[in-house]
Amino acid sequence: MSRLSDTNIKLAHEIIVRYPRPKSALIPLLHLSQEQNGYITREAMQHLGELVGVTSAEVYGTASFYEMFKFEPVGKYLINICGTMSCALMGANELMHHAEKKLGVKAGGTTPDGVFTLAHAECQAACTEAPTLQVNYRYRLRVTPADLDRLIDNLRDGKLNDEFPPHGVLSKVRQSIDATRAVGAKAPEDVNESPAWLDGKAAL
Amino acid sequence: MSKTYVHAPGFVAGDRPKIVTSRFEFADSYTLERYLATDGYKGLRAALSRPANEIHEDVKSATVLGRGGAGFPAGTKWGLTPQQVWPRYLVVNGDESEPGTYKDRLLMERDPHQLIEGCLIACYAAGLSQCFLYIRGEMAVAQERVVTALNEAYVAGYIGKNILGSKFSVDIILHWGAGAYVVGEETALIESLEGNRGMPRLKPPFFPAANGLYGQPTIVNNVETLANLPWLLTHGVAAYTAIGTKTSPGTRMVAVSGHVKRPGVYEIINGTTTFRDLIYGEEFSGGIRNGNLLKAFVPGGGSAPWFTEDQLDLPFEASQVGPAGSMLGSGAVMVMDETTDIPAAALTLTHFYAHESCGKCTPCREGGTWLERILRRVVEGDGTDADLQQLLEVGAMICPGAFPHAANEKLGLTAVPFPYKMTTICFVGPSAYAPVHSALTLFRSEFEARVKKRVTIPVTAVAGVAANARVSA
Amino acid sequence: MTIVDPIKETAPVDPNIVNITINDKPVAARKGELIIAAADRTEDFIPRFCYHPRMTPVGMCRQCLVEVETPRGPMMVVSCMTPVAEGQIVHTATDSVKKAQEGVLELLLANHPLDCPVCDKGGECPLQDQAFSHGPGESRFVEEKRHYEKPIAISDIVYLDRERCILCDRCTRFADEVAGDALITFTSRGNDTQVLTFPDEPFSSYFSGNTVQICPVGALTAKPYRFKARPWDLEQTESTCTSCSVGCRTVVQSSRDELVRYQGVDIDPVNWGWLCDRGRYNFESVNSPDRLTTPLIKSGSELVATSWSVALESAARMIRLALAQNTNSVAILGGARGTNEDAFAWAMLADKLGINQRDAQLGDGLSPEVFNLAQATIDQTCAASTIILLAPDLKEELPVLYLRVRDAAQKRKSRIVEFSSHDSGLTPYAWRSVGFEPGNQAQIVRDALATPEMKEQLTRGEVVVVVGRANLAESEVFTLQALAEIFAAVPSAKVLPVLRRGNVRGAVTAGLTPQNNSGDAIDILNAAAAGKIECLILLGVDPMSDVADSGLVQRALTQTKNLISIDTMINDSNRNADLVLPAASYGEKNGTTTNLEGRISNVAQKITPCGTSRPDWMIATELSIAMAVDIGVSSLEDLNKKLVSTVAAFAPSSDAKSTHGDGVLMARETPVTISGKASKAVDRNAYNYRLVVSRTMYDSAQATVSSPSLAGIITDSAIFVNPLDLARIGVADGASVRVGAEGTNIVIAIKAHNGVHRGVAWLPFNHTGVDIRPLLNITSDVVDVRIEPIK
Repeated sequence: MSRLSDTNIKLAHEIIVRYPRPKSALIPLLHLSQEQNGYITREAMQHLGELVGVTSAEVYGTASFYEMFKFEPVGKYLINICGTMSCALMGANELMHHAEKKLGVKAGGTTPDGVFTLAHAECQAACTEAPTLQVNYRYRLRVTPADLDRLIDNLRDGKLNDEFPPHGVLSKVRQSIDATRAVGAKAPEDVNESPAWLDGKAAL
Repeated sequence: MSKTYVHAPGFVAGDRPKIVTSRFEFADSYTLERYLATDGYKGLRAALSRPANEIHEDVKSATVLGRGGAGFPAGTKWGLTPQQVWPRYLVVNGDESEPGTYKDRLLMERDPHQLIEGCLIACYAAGLSQCFLYIRGEMAVAQERVVTALNEAYVAGYIGKNILGSKFSVDIILHWGAGAYVVGEETALIESLEGNRGMPRLKPPFFPAANGLYGQPTIVNNVETLANLPWLLTHGVAAYTAIGTKTSPGTRMVAVSGHVKRPGVYEIINGTTTFRDLIYGEEFSGGIRNGNLLKAFVPGGGSAPWFTEDQLDLPFEASQVGPAGSMLGSGAVMVMDETTDIPAAALTLTHFYAHESCGKCTPCREGGTWLERILRRVVEGDGTDADLQQLLEVGAMICPGAFPHAANEKLGLTAVPFPYKMTTICFVGPSAYAPVHSALTLFRSEFEARVKKRVTIPVTAVAGVAANARVSA
Repeated sequence: MTIVDPIKETAPVDPNIVNITINDKPVAARKGELIIAAADRTEDFIPRFCYHPRMTPVGMCRQCLVEVETPRGPMMVVSCMTPVAEGQIVHTATDSVKKAQEGVLELLLANHPLDCPVCDKGGECPLQDQAFSHGPGESRFVEEKRHYEKPIAISDIVYLDRERCILCDRCTRFADEVAGDALITFTSRGNDTQVLTFPDEPFSSYFSGNTVQICPVGALTAKPYRFKARPWDLEQTESTCTSCSVGCRTVVQSSRDELVRYQGVDIDPVNWGWLCDRGRYNFESVNSPDRLTTPLIKSGSELVATSWSVALESAARMIRLALAQNTNSVAILGGARGTNEDAFAWAMLADKLGINQRDAQLGDGLSPEVFNLAQATIDQTCAASTIILLAPDLKEELPVLYLRVRDAAQKRKSRIVEFSSHDSGLTPYAWRSVGFEPGNQAQIVRDALATPEMKEQLTRGEVVVVVGRANLAESEVFTLQALAEIFAAVPSAKVLPVLRRGNVRGAVTAGLTPQNNSGDAIDILNAAAAGKIECLILLGVDPMSDVADSGLVQRALTQTKNLISIDTMINDSNRNADLVLPAASYGEKNGTTTNLEGRISNVAQKITPCGTSRPDWMIATELSIAMAVDIGVSSLEDLNKKLVSTVAAFAPSSDAKSTHGDGVLMARETPVTISGKASKAVDRNAYNYRLVVSRTMYDSAQATVSSPSLAGIITDSAIFVNPLDLARIGVADGASVRVGAEGTNIVIAIKAHNGVHRGVAWLPFNHTGVDIRPLLNITSDVVDVRIEPIK
């Protein structure tokens, strides 16, 4: 099953109504779908198109623009080694070579057991802590080859399951807005008045 | 005294005013409990106790500069929305991904409530009725921290309907990206938020303040910019402008990375701190590693033309860095010491921008990749001297005319001031060229040593001239 | 006393004029106009690829860079996104502009294959032309180019070669913005960006051919034209498409006296350059090997070839014999396929012979009185505040009109109020869509227009009713009644009658409509079935496949003593005719045609008529001579003169030039008002389904079936019901069911369709496979059917 599950359809509707236009929910829903399946399947894109009211082609057009969406299965752990300027200056290439040797796959490859996918990544916004890597988009900083070996061993042994959820999961916490607190989204054409607090007086 | 914290890797505190990093010392700085215990949501309360237009005036008179790269004053930006067009939106740019830049992620991970409070103040002051907080996709922990803070703040009545019991109501929706650098450009961010491919729109007509999200007036502000607002509202305009200079008041976050002794993120005093302070100062990066010599540095993120030691004494002040041939950008200094392979370093950046091109504008899509291919050939030792000229000519297709660069006494160069002309919509294309141009201008000999001298055979599609010559002969 | 320069004093100042200079020459631009559009009215051409005047500019290719003077010196801007401003100074050919334009062209060519010698676009390629006029002349790109699989079929008709694509966003923008079929899109990013469909979901748009026409390179090609001809071998002439009654302006192109391609021509009042795929590609039927080349005459049980003189003599004899009985023994059906002149010649002949029974409509149109109501043009419709749809699905039957109405709704110029019994192509764009069951529409319309919000909407500005026959299984009375209800609510409303057949409005106006209170097409067929018609003339019609009640047609044709058919091919109706005369087809004759709004424009001959076939008007003329009632026509010009001087409606077209380009609107008489005849549909038994039968774009129409590129797209018949009704019937989607009505039944596949309202069953008309016509008894006002699972 790679359409969204019933639970996730419920979540999807919660997300969609937060936006003035349904298509805005597309990227969050693609993440939700990737969280469910580990990657973006054909059926998932068709389903998301139905949910936000666009064609499958439009879903694919959007999804394929963004690097985090994978259209084929990847390992449980996606190891992204940063190779941009600051990391490159601080030994990112050497770290990548080491990782390739350690995992026995080239950058872009997945280990035969399906546990690791190794990939080049661009700047990860931790430049002072170079060289850096991310496992499923969670950081390891100032990584030495020895650190990398330990990390891979620990991941394989399941010792880091709490820190690194499987590929596809980003934030482990979801936004929840209680109906009694939500202002609610309206299509822009349905709003014609200035906000209530712009009446020239203090709000409190 | 400099101080670091295990829970805020990279951040280096000092004995300087702290506007946005005041809570970084606390391990639990991201909780609502800690936030409230340290003046949290006081700025919001102060703002709501006055009419919205007064708050907008405060932000204007404090000249809170945008911290995303362009350095445009936030208060002025808010004022560019057309009169009586509703709804207006706030979009928070948390898509930090400019090479060398590391600050917004710290602010989101360490002090999410400060950001939320900043968003609320902006929405109140500028009449923005919904806020979208766009966080870079690859920052799972920042998303977790911000979403937890949002959930807490909703429950506690700081967000949503009738905030603090007032007539002010606004939703803040967490939105997150999926891996595309160009989405950090504000119009591309809006496209992405609409569920589209993140391809920039041309300004004009698509100035977000007038024609942004869903074609409505939209304010796009950087995370750090908004994080300034709670302090500003709590302590007042006078306290804010007392720090820094008149044109660059307050503080700003700067990351120094690369070949320095102590790479780090610092909250510096705006406008007066120099690059020499940042790179060599004891309270900052403490000099070049291993006592090496400085070769070059990038002063404002990967897009910025490079500086050398000639520019070390420039302060962090746009009005001085621009004429000197570069830009302050997003507060990112990348330092290269004497051991640096300059063509290879330039290649990492050119590769980055070529890879991150959205593909919309021909010069960037085709030219960026072409630059990368030539440069890679040169770095790998397969280039010729003709390739060096070719790099400049391809670059000129993206940025016609003189390209900004720094003065250099040894080379007898005078500065060409920022900005450049460009044939593209956004700066991604020019950014692919900037490192090539800087490296070739300042370190040409390193390239020349790399390439073979070759007699080039002209490739010509119009053999007309030669053929005609033969006929007439 | 002050002397005032009288010219300065009185010259009107147009507030919409913006004065700019382009290359030092003054240009009067329109307010809000883009620089590139203003420059297009001067000698100074600005090169471009992504810009298209009918689509939102994107500023993507960067080819149209120009310099605009600013206080800070010249600034380079893209002229396709920069609006003009008073006093603006634009340079399009300075050294820096040239350099920038050359740079962009060199970059566009960097990855473009140099396969021009084998590329269909070669010779008419904007990239090739502009590389020559605005390019650098040489390339310094020595690297390997991008490679993709050479052309991939993205639909039944269109092929995509991604190596040639320069990513201008024209096709993808067209699909999304103009056609509303976002089935092709950019995928991936940066240098890997490519246009693609979703995997295994083809670009099955009714308008896909337009993307081929607007592609500025040879990336998109269409099957019917691939490797057929070179641009320099083409001859062309401007004409008007008559596949339906929208009247799109086209260019008809031929090579070696064979039609090879139609292209859309941009005229403001009608098609804006667009064509539908049926209109664009059914030229193949003109070239069909099945075309008739000589007259055929019944000999025993077979049709055998004969000469024109024998054929005309025979025709004259058949008509004369019938007229000897009485004038009601002869009838003429059809005429909507031909030109105004064709119709007029036949009407004159009929007048001379006293034949009153003639009808260009086939019982599926509307009473000609709709032409006498206050009329709206397409432009007026698309500028109205409210467009009321009481019509068939425009996307299926009048595709380019659908594009225009959709555009009006999308740009928020108009609000659509739709009344229908199943969703149409415009339903997603309708402001309000109100469902009805065939027969109860008058009541539904009355109630819907009485709500406060609707009343408010109807007072906002002009109201135009787009009216036509939406359902072949329903009497026209209900539509006219509903129309009367609309006029009762909005007396100032105007109508755009949407009768679908190519020149039906012209034919009716020229006289091919019942005369002296004689009956219409259905009455004629009934008379024939009753043995009262001695001679029936089918003027370019195939009632066997075009009239809903095929049983009636079958009886009528069998009972007719002498059947004369004038047509381009043999079909189900003329297979057993006594005489078949070969007619010249579209592209083989000159004349004028009239579109649904009454716009008269010319159709042009490009190729020699097939075999000995000749235009309908010529056949009428020769027949008149053979019958010694000479209508006095010796040439087409002659005939046209007679038409414009005899029929007042055609008078505005008296200058032949006026029918070129935009064409000219018919003269209109003072509008009359409509009064609906009261009629009430029988209540539907709750176990039954009320039938809706309507046409789709690709049905078994002769021109579609005999165009190989289109024939394969026609789908098999099926009946569509709401998913909830499918569940109620208790069968699976796609299963076979028995559908019965009044003693007959058929076995057909059933499919779920969200757009079909509950209690209604929708049957597309004239598809392949199961023949659905036994269900259509058009003597009853509505048709109710039982749907049963097959045990």
